[in-house]
Amino acid sequence: MFGSYEFDWSSIPGSLTFLGQGLMVSLEITALAIVAGIVWGTLLAMARLSSIKPLAWAAAAYVNLFRAIPLVMVLLWFFLIVPKFLESFLGLPPGSDVRLASAMIGFALFESAYYAEIIRAGIQSVPKGQLAAAHALGMSYPQAMLHVVLPQAFRNMVPLLLTQAIILFQDTSLVYVSALADFFGAAYKVGDRDGRLVELVLFAGAVYFVLCFAASQAVRHFQQRLQRA
Amino acid sequence: MITIDKVSKHYGNFQVLTDCSTHVNKGEVVVVCGPSGSGKSTLIKCVNGLEPFQQGDIHVNGTSVGAAKTNLSKLRAHVGMVFQHFELFPHMTIRDNLTLAQVKVLKRDKDEAAEKGLYFLDRVGLKAHAHKFPGQLSGGQQQRVAIARALAMDPICMLFDEPTSALDPEMINEVLDVMTELAQEGMTMMCVTHEMGFAKRVAHRVIFMDHGKIVEDDSKEAFFANPRSERAQQFLAKILQH
Amino acid sequence: MEYQWNWGVFLLPSAVNDGTYLDWMIAGLQTTLLLSLSAWVIALLLGAVVGVLRTVPHRGLSGVATAYVEMFRNIPLLVQLFFWYFVLPELLPTAAGDAFKALNPIAQQFIAAMVCLGFFTSARVAEQVRSGINALPRGQKNAGLALGLTLPQTYRHVMLPMAFRLVVPPLTSEFLNVFKNSAVCSTIGLLELAAQGRQLVDYTAQPYESFVAVTVAYLMINVVVMLLMRKVEGLVRVPGYLGGK
Repeated sequence: MFGSYEFDWSSIPGSLTFLGQGLMVSLEITALAIVAGIVWGTLLAMARLSSIKPLAWAAAAYVNLFRAIPLVMVLLWFFLIVPKFLESFLGLPPGSDVRLASAMIGFALFESAYYAEIIRAGIQSVPKGQLAAAHALGMSYPQAMLHVVLPQAFRNMVPLLLTQAIILFQDTSLVYVSALADFFGAAYKVGDRDGRLVELVLFAGAVYFVLCFAASQAVRHFQQRLQRA
Repeated sequence: MITIDKVSKHYGNFQVLTDCSTHVNKGEVVVVCGPSGSGKSTLIKCVNGLEPFQQGDIHVNGTSVGAAKTNLSKLRAHVGMVFQHFELFPHMTIRDNLTLAQVKVLKRDKDEAAEKGLYFLDRVGLKAHAHKFPGQLSGGQQQRVAIARALAMDPICMLFDEPTSALDPEMINEVLDVMTELAQEGMTMMCVTHEMGFAKRVAHRVIFMDHGKIVEDDSKEAFFANPRSERAQQFLAKILQH
Repeated sequence: MEYQWNWGVFLLPSAVNDGTYLDWMIAGLQTTLLLSLSAWVIALLLGAVVGVLRTVPHRGLSGVATAYVEMFRNIPLLVQLFFWYFVLPELLPTAAGDAFKALNPIAQQFIAAMVCLGFFTSARVAEQVRSGINALPRGQKNAGLALGLTLPQTYRHVMLPMAFRLVVPPLTSEFLNVFKNSAVCSTIGLLELAAQGRQLVDYTAQPYESFVAVTVAYLMINVVVMLLMRKVEGLVRVPGYLGGK
């Protein structure tokens, strides 16, 4: 069924170090974006639920804006447009390349909009009576949030946050558009160099599948344990 | 009419039914009661094959429920069933709820099915609601529609699986009244219910189940006058206190 | 150096003289819409079938459906796109592969992108359909069977009509995702909205205007889709159920 194509996998063994470095870049971006996403996402979620209307509106506008535009578009903004703006605005010396850092920040800002929605739902899943009970015990709003509401909210959210992390890891392949050498970028370079794109795309797909499938099974397992507990 | 012969069922290691045997004669009304988790709902669902069982067999009007070659759909078409949560189809009008199976299963033509459906809807006192959707009716009304839906299939017997336990107290009687009337007309009925008043008035026999076993199977008079097992005595004492 | 805003740039004739830059943007928008809508049709059809199969009491069928969903969910869209565009034509029987490569490049890009987005989205639609079916009260299936309906009849008349209604709200976000994900297809050279925006940056000295225009276009697509799906939700609403009146 494979027509006449003759596979030649020989360019992969020699490139494993390079591909491994690419995978490390992907994982680093993932880790960074998760941390930034959860921290910034929590602040955004709390802002959205805040009783200070302008704050709530601003957070809602942020979240809805980032969720309405494609990640590719966000990356292009932060790779092509924002650096130019920064150069002229901050008067950076020409030649200082802020494009990669900028693209990374764009990625984190984008993902945090999705985290914000998960966290907001998590906070709302905690019964209102919990906040009232904390207030009744004399806790301030920040204390009640920190010690009573957020711990319960995060417990409810853990599976969703982890699932989002897997999606985020897959999303990192799109930094390809900003010429960052992530795992897929590395695989593409090797395939392009050796004229073996077929093998390298299949290889990359297999690696992503194994990693993401294993991770999602682990999440499922964890979730079932959580439900039983 | 219904013969249950040494039926046993388990989920993995958990035994739900153990060696249950009984029978329901034509025209007989049998009430099945017992504490929750005793297996009574499972048993009644075995009768029309909604729950599979591993041992024993059930015959309905001579047809084996357990046999692999039995066409269960055909059997079920003539065994009416009423559920605890009514299970009307929420996306269809009452009229369509009454006609769907008549048309799809019995191949009646639409007008005939509608006429029949409306006849039974009238009998349960809800003719005026034919065009409404289930969500627009009260629980008691929905359950009466569910009974009419089953009757429109011309069933040879009726199975009731806790038909009043999801209802608000003030609606229970309107459903029991319909059931009583049916019983008086000679319908063969097997009812899982906690309504002991209904059992006293209408039933011919009472079956008491506990832990997946049939503990008592006696005439109504004998059961209420003098339950033999301690479990049944306790059960009755608790239920009749109120 | 002060940036010179010039929204008139869209009315200038393009560098290759095939109309104005506005025409480029409109062409990009058309491609995005056509691509996303055709992929959505594929996704709905395949997703409905696979989602139903995941719930049937047959190990072989539900196993195949589960494998399908896991496959498309655990590989990044970009990798899938490169598979459909660069890899599959090489692996097809020679005649079919050659026939594909003989098409004009735009058709090749469009077909690969459409199939890719369609399959990718179908796995997500399937998950929504499955959870819609599983969210139905268990008794509904029993009620259908107890009336003598066969299992396929029970799916057709009792379970699916309600499951699809339950699934409309979550499908809205999948529908939105198709449009957003279509931007990934710029990576194989398809000149959809994002690619046209990027091209304008290269051809004109007005990057801000171009990117703002593209971003606004995506926002508008979002608004239209949401209004549309709200309409659909209203149309399929069941009286007395799920907040219906």
